[in-house]
Amino acid sequence: MSTNLRVFFVGGLISYRALFNWIRLYIYIPTMLGSPLFQIVFFTYLGRYSHAGNGDAFFIVGNAVQVCGMSCVYGMTMAVANERWFGTLGPLLASPANRLAVFLGRGVPVFANGLIVSAFGFGVGVVLLHFRPPVHSLPALALCVCITTVSCTAFGMVLGSIGLRSKDFFFVANLAYFLMLLFCGVNIPLSVLPGWMSVIGRCLPLTHGIEAARQIAAGGALGDVSGLLWTELGIAAAYAAAGYVFFRALEYASRRSAVLDAF
Amino acid sequence: MKVARLIWVGTRFRARELMVSRWFLLLCVLQPVIFATIAFYMFKAGGRPGTLLYAALGTGMAGIWSSTLFGSGGALQWNRWQGTLELLVASPPPFLVVLLPLTLATSVTGAYSLFATLFWGRVFFGIPLHFAHGLAFAVAVPAAVFSLGLMGLLMASSFILYRHANALSNLLEYPVWIATGLLFPLSLLPNWVGPVSWLLAPRWGIDAIRHAALGDGAVWFPIGMCAVTGGAYVVLAAAFLRIFERAARANATLALT
Repeated sequence: MSTNLRVFFVGGLISYRALFNWIRLYIYIPTMLGSPLFQIVFFTYLGRYSHAGNGDAFFIVGNAVQVCGMSCVYGMTMAVANERWFGTLGPLLASPANRLAVFLGRGVPVFANGLIVSAFGFGVGVVLLHFRPPVHSLPALALCVCITTVSCTAFGMVLGSIGLRSKDFFFVANLAYFLMLLFCGVNIPLSVLPGWMSVIGRCLPLTHGIEAARQIAAGGALGDVSGLLWTELGIAAAYAAAGYVFFRALEYASRRSAVLDAF
Repeated sequence: MKVARLIWVGTRFRARELMVSRWFLLLCVLQPVIFATIAFYMFKAGGRPGTLLYAALGTGMAGIWSSTLFGSGGALQWNRWQGTLELLVASPPPFLVVLLPLTLATSVTGAYSLFATLFWGRVFFGIPLHFAHGLAFAVAVPAAVFSLGLMGLLMASSFILYRHANALSNLLEYPVWIATGLLFPLSLLPNWVGPVSWLLAPRWGIDAIRHAALGDGAVWFPIGMCAVTGGAYVVLAAAFLRIFERAARANATLALT
């Protein structure tokens, strides 16, 4: 049990430091903080011009929650798929370590980083765009962000697992990040999207979490959004399970075909 | 004549190389189409469907910028990774002339995004493609593309000493979308942004393209400004290359990744 916990926490942290290419400050600041900053400003101004949402808060909350995807989608993809890129996948899979601990442990630093990026996004809203949520709503807002970041991390696990076989995992990660902007109600009310798009959006992470965060930021109570948050958690569990199944299936297929490190 | 041939052959070669890259498929087709769709639905949600052509042109231009930014910013880095940077620097023509096709090709390839967003808007959102000044539009698009290619040259020349150009590229994508009024007017932004935008070719490019398409402003002045800013970028790039290339060679850091 203690070995599995060590693999989960220590292994997850070490692998994150080794595999997450953007952890150095000169990459981290422009990519994980600078890009989200300007994304939030861009969409808030676009929202002002288009009159698409109900005020700036719609766009600030939507984007501040969504930018956790910078960490969760890209970070998780790197934390799993870079094992293959760096040629360490073979030794990892040859080890007797518990696969569930290996796999889920990588999500912890990604989750923590996602929270930092999202909190920074809200800070941008407060400092640059005069976003002022009610003070009493902040703990509930933080809970919404935590749950959404968990589900986004689980989604990243699926993408990372795909990267164990696909050589274009960054292409997939980028595409997923941009499609989340379109499908998850980040900048467009779901009611405006065609039915099939909103159905897809409701199966993705972020959508319910963003909706809950918007209600909380508007002064709603946690009880009012509990259904949305439970749904977001359910989506997180489903993606985490899917990611693990993919991971094991692709590991088995790669070992069977002897293509662990092949590109 | 030899220089013109080198630029033509180099641009054609690099553009063909880019066209088979999935990364550029993402940058020049998928990303602009996704952002165009977001903008279309935002304008529809806000009850401003008349601005859809405005959005299609803006997101197309945003795609050209993204392609130029990532392609030109990373041009030297890719050559470093491939081990060809020293060969390029050591070749007889001036390095500026060798580098120019690499950056021009990225903006030329980026022009795909403009056609992609217009096609997407026409087919899926029924945007009428009636251009107020067809001839001016046909001049404005290459002028914008060319000036962005020259801006790419400036970026590539200033990134020669910086080994993490991709991080800067990640940072600079949205700010230029904002500061050049690609999807919303500059009048919404603080006053100090206006003078900053005068230095940026995408601002004049989108003004020229939009005015030609929508007929709501002067066309030839922004086209002239594309030429002026492009010329200024070449002069600056030549100066930067002289300093930075020499420094990289003197410190033996040219090929270091």
